[in-house]
Amino acid sequence: MSDQLDQAIARKYDAGFVSDIESDTFPIGLDESVIERISAMKNEPEWMLEWRLQAFRSWLKMKEPDWAHLGYDPIDYQSISYYSAPKSMKDKPKSLDEVDPELLRTYEKLGIPLHEQEMLAGVAVDAVFDSVSVVTTFREKLEEAGVIFCPISEAIQKYPELVKKYIGSVVPKTDNFFAALNCAVFTDGSFVYIPKGVRCPMELSTYFRINELNTGQFERTLIVADEGSYVSYLEGCTAPQRDENQLHAAVVELVALDDAEIKYSTVQNWYPGDENGKGGIYNFVTKRGVCEKNAKISWTQVETGSAITWKYPSCILRGDNSVGEFYSVALTRGRQQADTGTKMIHLGKNTKSTIISKGISAGNSSNAYRGLVKMGPGADGARNFTECDSLLIGDKCAAHTFPYIESSNPSAIVEHEATTSKVSDDQLFLCQQRGLDEEKAISMIVNGFCKEVFKELPMEFAVEAGKLLEISLEGSVG
Amino acid sequence: MMLTIKDLQASVEDKTILKGLNLTVNAGEVHAIMGPNGAGKSTLGYVLSGREGYEVEQGKVDFDGHDLLDMEVDERAQAGLFLAFQYPVEIPGVSNMEFMKESVNTVRKARGEEPYTAAEFLKIAKAASQQVNLPLDFLKRGVNEGFSGGEKKRNEIMQMILLEPKLCILDESDSGLDIDALKVVADGVNSQRDGKRSFIVVTHYQRLLDFIEPDFVHILADGKIVKSGGPELAKEVEASGYAWLDNGDATATQGATA
Repeated sequence: MSDQLDQAIARKYDAGFVSDIESDTFPIGLDESVIERISAMKNEPEWMLEWRLQAFRSWLKMKEPDWAHLGYDPIDYQSISYYSAPKSMKDKPKSLDEVDPELLRTYEKLGIPLHEQEMLAGVAVDAVFDSVSVVTTFREKLEEAGVIFCPISEAIQKYPELVKKYIGSVVPKTDNFFAALNCAVFTDGSFVYIPKGVRCPMELSTYFRINELNTGQFERTLIVADEGSYVSYLEGCTAPQRDENQLHAAVVELVALDDAEIKYSTVQNWYPGDENGKGGIYNFVTKRGVCEKNAKISWTQVETGSAITWKYPSCILRGDNSVGEFYSVALTRGRQQADTGTKMIHLGKNTKSTIISKGISAGNSSNAYRGLVKMGPGADGARNFTECDSLLIGDKCAAHTFPYIESSNPSAIVEHEATTSKVSDDQLFLCQQRGLDEEKAISMIVNGFCKEVFKELPMEFAVEAGKLLEISLEGSVG
Repeated sequence: MMLTIKDLQASVEDKTILKGLNLTVNAGEVHAIMGPNGAGKSTLGYVLSGREGYEVEQGKVDFDGHDLLDMEVDERAQAGLFLAFQYPVEIPGVSNMEFMKESVNTVRKARGEEPYTAAEFLKIAKAASQQVNLPLDFLKRGVNEGFSGGEKKRNEIMQMILLEPKLCILDESDSGLDIDALKVVADGVNSQRDGKRSFIVVTHYQRLLDFIEPDFVHILADGKIVKSGGPELAKEVEASGYAWLDNGDATATQGATA
């Protein structure tokens, strides 16, 4: 059976095309002069450059972490180019009409039309291509509500006080090896600020696209939800199919002030490499949010791409009664490796967290859940519930669960449930006996397994995620 | 002819289970297959539906004009072959409704019929669940998820009603049922007898045949049909069990002329 299944889950990567766009790309290599050049390209104030250089100097002394359940050849950080931008972006276009049509076509091919009239109503998009943001839609409409949604490079110029106050406040620049690297060389990303009491009138989303060869993408996202505000944000990512591994080391910081709520959803579909493990994106990402009093942060992620995923979206529940949630579907196939999970740090009283993790392993892949639940001494009455389910397809893949629980408060309650199941011959046979073909059967079983997570995604994207999973499982059968 | 099985020989894990089985089922007929444990009763259902791991070593099977053994599992199902499982499996998170709508519309498409809209399907699914006495919330629950043994069997019959197959193979649909559940299953089956649809009812006990009256009864032993007859044969088995099979082939061959 496993051979047939392997076939059934071998798929084509739809987003694997390369766009023919003239770029300004830095030569490979990294030293202080590269960072100075990046900062100069972005026309950054002195404090930003200084911040980057501090991060870089710390990074030089740090060691790449090796505790994750991942195996890969050492990354040569001197063989990567740290900046690439489409040539046409040099004089930044004022409107969509001035954007290189090839760029627009790239996003259209990915199913993300950037012309506002063609877009999903109620979704504003920031499109980041290699190292720069190419366009942000619906900005005027958002400005009416007082919402700021712009490339972070622009926010550094226009809203330096806000950026200065919050950047690095959740993920310090020396937090970890990859975060420090990002702080030194980040090129673009999105900045969001929702003012007090405002419910953001539309979904915000950023689509990240790596195009250039030998280029790393180091984007940085900062979302600040002021008191009593609400925002739902989605990021999507794709990359061309290439034989070389490419590095993606992002940092996302969320700040939810008192009574605010941030819903952050990710549909990650970076190129995963071919069936022999050649090529694919190395995805080393630090995502963390801090919740003040009565605030709530929900992370929902659907991870189907990348050769390597190292990612632990986390919540620091600092304020009393704050809530953290983590809903995750991680699908690995071929030679993909994922080590992903979350950290819920309970500091305030009556803080609550929920973790629902669904790992699906197929082919020769390896899929690990790693989660930390920490109850601080002040976390009176805090509660956590963790459910961690693994589904195996075939018999050459692996699933691992590494839960860590640290409790310094006797009144805190931590619950952990874990299951491992297989897509069984019996289930497949039942579906096929009822007339469904094998692909449809597998995708139905897998979708059923992920249901609890999909229902957390915004409507439009739940459909997208279901389809993505179906494509990811789609095979060469017939 | 709905189904013609000629000299069917099949093995599981290199062990030959069916050893030259012959059977002809005409449209509209109900055939009961009885026999001791290990005779190959369930194997017959799996071989006919094309389950992986069941190797056909020789023989031919014609199903409604198709060379059945040449078809994939889903193709056989789409052509109108239905197997009611002895132990229906659970598919968590996939609602019964969603699962059945997908199945029914796939099969309808294969038959050249228009797929049901969500509203149309809801209507017929409600009617079918009432017919097998399953509360409506079973349509929303995951396929067989947390169902009792009896509920699973009734769910199988509901699927059969919705799929409108040409040939239904019921694999011990009576096992583990109390008398009320047994009646529900039997009523469901009887409601589908329309003079065209054929049934193969595999059972260890005669009890089910009190409610589903067969046209023919066959005794399957050691991979072959050793005796065929009318409904009275089932009564004989009820009275004397299967022990007489051990008395040698003579008795068996004698009866098989019936």
